[in-house]
Order: sequence, then structure tokens, then C-alpha cells
Amino acid sequence: MAVNNSLAIDIENMGFRYPGNSELFISGLNLQVQKGERFGLFGPNAAGKTTLISLMTGLLSVDEGHIRLFGREVGRRNNAVSKLFGFVPQDFSFYQELTPVENLEFFGAWSGLDKQTIRKRTDELLHILGLEEVRNKQVQKFSGGMKRRVNLAIGVFHKPQILFLDEPTVGVDVQTRYAIIKYLLELNKHGTTLIYTSHQLSEAEGLCEQVALIDDGKIIAHDDLDKLLKDYHQDSLEHLFLNLTGKGYRNDV
Amino acid sequence: MFKLWATILKDIRILQRDKTGITLMFVMPIMLVIVVTNIQNSTFQLVSKNKLPILVCNNDTGQAGKQLIATVNKIGMFKVLQIAGNQNSKQMSVAMHGEDAMLGMVIPANFSAKVEAKSKNTAGKALKSFGLDADTLKQAVDIDPLTLYYSPVLQEPLRLSVEGAVRSSLQLVESRETLRSLYFSINEKPLPETLENEMLNNKTAINEIPVSREGARINPNATQHNVPAWTIFAMFFVIMSLGGSVVREKVSGSFIRLKTLPTNYVVAILSKQITYLGVTILQAVVIFSIGIWIFPLMDLPGLSLPADIPALLVLIVLTGWCAVSYAICVGVFSETQEQVNGFGAISIVILSAIGGLMVPSFAMQGFFKSATNFSPMHWSLQAFYTLFLEGGKLKDIFNNAVLLFIITILLQFLTFLGLKRKNLI
Repeated sequence: MAVNNSLAIDIENMGFRYPGNSELFISGLNLQVQKGERFGLFGPNAAGKTTLISLMTGLLSVDEGHIRLFGREVGRRNNAVSKLFGFVPQDFSFYQELTPVENLEFFGAWSGLDKQTIRKRTDELLHILGLEEVRNKQVQKFSGGMKRRVNLAIGVFHKPQILFLDEPTVGVDVQTRYAIIKYLLELNKHGTTLIYTSHQLSEAEGLCEQVALIDDGKIIAHDDLDKLLKDYHQDSLEHLFLNLTGKGYRNDV
Repeated sequence: MFKLWATILKDIRILQRDKTGITLMFVMPIMLVIVVTNIQNSTFQLVSKNKLPILVCNNDTGQAGKQLIATVNKIGMFKVLQIAGNQNSKQMSVAMHGEDAMLGMVIPANFSAKVEAKSKNTAGKALKSFGLDADTLKQAVDIDPLTLYYSPVLQEPLRLSVEGAVRSSLQLVESRETLRSLYFSINEKPLPETLENEMLNNKTAINEIPVSREGARINPNATQHNVPAWTIFAMFFVIMSLGGSVVREKVSGSFIRLKTLPTNYVVAILSKQITYLGVTILQAVVIFSIGIWIFPLMDLPGLSLPADIPALLVLIVLTGWCAVSYAICVGVFSETQEQVNGFGAISIVILSAIGGLMVPSFAMQGFFKSATNFSPMHWSLQAFYTLFLEGGKLKDIFNNAVLLFIITILLQFLTFLGLKRKNLI
């Protein structure tokens, strides 16, 4: 089968069922994300966003079809694929007892980097993300915004080609949000493909060029953001979102 | 190798900042070993040095009562405090509490007269059995019983040894009278004092030798018993920190990121094993050092290390590895910190109790005596006692070492299955 290497992500007829369930939660899903794209994945609670990201990062395994990152099949503990992407989860995914430097040293080693690269990259990232002054302080004493920056630093530490971002700016002040978005745009300018998911749709409008809306495990819209707004006669991503997914409550059980 | 080293460094750093964990792993066992050794040492000293206070109410006016008190005094185990005669049970109880005495003895009235009568009777019977005419032969004489009061606090073994000592004193007084009667009946003159002393006091000596391997002479004491026992307890108590660390890592956000990185989680488990094995070795070094250098400053017997140091090191490493494997296994199968804390603490206390760390295994009965053989702590303790108390060598602890190794491998295998089942490796 021919593999298109210009595709950062290629999902083909993918099906997934939760353990213990006989029915597929996601069935026959197809999605392509081009290399260097800024891609936003949006949907209500329990729509399948986190599940889809978990499948793309190998945290969950597909039951049917394929997911490929730059032509390589995603699977549990596929080291070659793991090196291709970085992940910035919504939760603070680091050791709060450690300092930013100690966290970066550890996660850098687990990402397969050598000692010298780790040292160089640590200095570089702490400078970019404004954490130099607190480099040797325990992260548990940091504010929410500072912790978000540490979370991001670990995700981008090994210069991944694809960066998955799950609510990277939730709970931060305006300054931190501005700095994080600016940095993400900078990364993208240098070729990093961004896969972004969030409930902050106004922020997403400034960041994403391609958008997919997911609901009940299905992609219900996927296209260039401007084109989608035009096609559905909406003036904002939020209105488009409400128009396509409805205004009723969603119970996430 | 760099990944493993980075992980070990991470674990050491987290451990260094875990004040509660360090307290549980080091401070608590150190306190335990000091307190328990002190208590046991005090019990030994209560008998050997301090002497048990005994209140004696002598209702007898003759010599036998006085001789009995003198004999009890001579044993060296008691501090005799005489009080006025004619005390009833209630008065004895009040007097014992007042004098802080755990023992009381009441010598009945006419004790001397009855002892004398009984002795003459016994002597007469003896003479008759030799075919001699004995005019001392009379009806059987019963001496009124001595009454021994004791505090319920006094433990059974100690109470029995007190009773034995008093009985032995009583026997001596009766024997003396019987001897005097016999001598007087035959020679019609009193027994010479020199002969009496030679016959009654010239006892055969008892030579006490602690049984040891290959002739090593090690003096068993509270320190030699308690330091190894509580070191094992401390090593297994790492479950509170290590089991918690495994669970914390599993439920924390960092775990999701770890699963997406190109490194197997086995590295994380291996790192924890190495880090905490180091901790258990450090625990042994610290507790043994306290036994060697600090105990003598606290008027406790100092710890004597066994002659076979390599065997001791092997045993420490095996015990530590077993403890660490158990902690990781419990951590892998637990879902929450509460589960690992609750199960960890209770299981260690139960394993140490049936392992003979709290009550000597030889004192256990029935099921619990058999259950002892299934506690890894018991295998470890037996091996430590072989080295510390019997002067044993590596070959003498081989069987227990093999058992520890086997259970460790089983725990590692269980951990592997748990990680596999949870898709962590």
C-alpha cells in the first residue's frame, strides 16, 4: 500500500471499541492532517476527542483500520513512532516534587536524548518559556501558569514533528496564554504539525487553520476554518460549534 | 543505561523530598529498636540486677521462718521487705501497692513447729526403713501452706520462676530440719555446723554455655535479639514509601506521558528496585551502627557483629531485595494510595508477628507455629539469628537464603504479570 509521507497523520477506516463493549465507539473514521498544519479538533464532552488523541498517541489501540504518523503505523510502545510526536496533556504530566531542570533531565532521557543535548535544550527552553529564574525550584510551588509552561516544555523537549496539545492553556492568565500561543505559532513556523484540542474556541480561531468537529465518535465537519464558517454561514467557531453539535447539555459519564 | 541512571536519579530526588516516607523508613524503626531493646533489657535487669521486691509477712515465731526468709534473700533474685505479721489478703494487697512490690509471701503461724514435727516424722520413717528403732515415728504432719501473692502484671514465665525459687528455699529449710533430726536420732547430739553447711550448701555448680556453631561464644542479650529483628521490620516497611510511589506514579498525570515516550516502563520499575534496595541497605547500616555505637551510651549492651561479614551482607541484600519486590508487587496491584497504605501496613505487621519478630516463634502454638514457616520475615530472622547469636557462616544460612531468593523471584514474576495485565509493559 502506498504511503503518503506528506501526511503527518493518516487515519484510515479506523474503528475502536472500549474494553468490555461489543459495539464500536468509533467506526470507519478517516482523517488526514498535512505536514506542518495547525489542526484543531473540537467537540462536546464525551464526543471522542480524548479517545481519538489517545489512539493517535498509542495510549489506546485501534480495533480496526490504521493510524499512521508520517507513514509509520501507530501501536503501543512503538519507539520509532513515539519519537515523532510530543504530547502536552491537559493534566500536569510531570513530577511536582522535582524542579523544571530535573523534570526536563528525566523526560529528556526517556525521550532518548543524550546528556549534552538535554543540557543545551533545557537552557534553551527555560529561556524561551521564561522559567530561568525558577529553574531550581520545586514545581509544586509554582502557579498554574508556570506549571503549564513546564508541561509544554516537556512536550516539545525532543523537538517532535507532531505536537498533540490537549487544553494547553486551561486556567492560565492572559499573559501566559499569549506567550504559549506565540510559542506554538513559532514552532509551527519551523515545521511542527500542531494537533490542538480545547474548549476555548476563540483562542482556537487564532491558532488553527484546519478544523474538525467530532461528536459521538464521528467527524461531523472537517475543512479549512474560513471555508467551514462560510459554508455554514457562521461568524465564529463557537457559533459553528453550537450549530453543528446543538445547545443541549452533554452528560459525560 | 543513561535512561536507567536518569530514572534512578529522579527516584532518589523524589525520595529525598519525601519527609514522611523517610520518617517511616528510618526514624520509626530506629525508635522501635531503641524502645523495644530498652524494655527487654529492663526485663532482663529486673531479674539479674534490679531484684524483684517481695513483701514477707512472717507469722511464725520460730527459727524455720527466719531461715526461710534468709534463704529467699540469699537467692539474689529478690529484695525482701518484711512487714508486721497477721496480715489478711486485703491488707497484703494494700501493703504490696504501698511498697510497689509485685510479690508477697505469708509464712503461716507455727511454721517452725510444723516443719520440725514433719522433719522428725520423716527422719523416724527413714530410721525405721533402715531397721532401727525410732521413737520419733508419729502420725503424718501437714504444714500449713505458704501463701504467695503476685501482681497480675507479672508475666507467667517470671511468676513460675519465682514460685520455683521459693519452693527451692522451702525445700532447703525442710531438708535442714530433717537432716538435723536424723543426725540427732543416730548420734544423740546436734548436727555440727560445718557438716550441715557442707551437706546443704556445697551444691554442684551449673555451667551455662550458650549453644553456638563451631564454638563461637556470643552472649545473647536484648540487643543481639532486637537489632536484627527490627532491621528486618524496617526493611519491609519501605512498602509505605515505595508501594505509594508506584501507585502515585500510576495515578498521576506523568504516567500518561511516560506511556507515550520511547522507553519501556520496566526501566521505571528497575530504577525503583535499585533505589530502594539502596535504602534497605542504608537502613541496616544505620540501625546496626546505632546498635554498635549508640546503645552502649544508653546503658544498653552494644551490638556484636557476626564473624562472617560477607554472609551478613548477602543476607541484608537478599532481605532488602525481597522487601522491595513485595512493596513493588503490592504497588502494582493497588489502585489507590489508601489501598497500598492500608494493605501494606497491615500485611507487614501480620507477617512480622507470625514471623517471630514480635513474639518468639518457639513460644507460638499450633497453627501459628506452622504459619511461621511461611513468613519471609521468619526466614530472614532465623538467618540473622544464626549469624548474630550462633556465630554461623554463609553455609549455615544457605537454606533460608534460598527461600528468600525464591519468594523474591515469585514476587518479581507476579509484578511482571500485573504490569502485563494492566498493559504497562
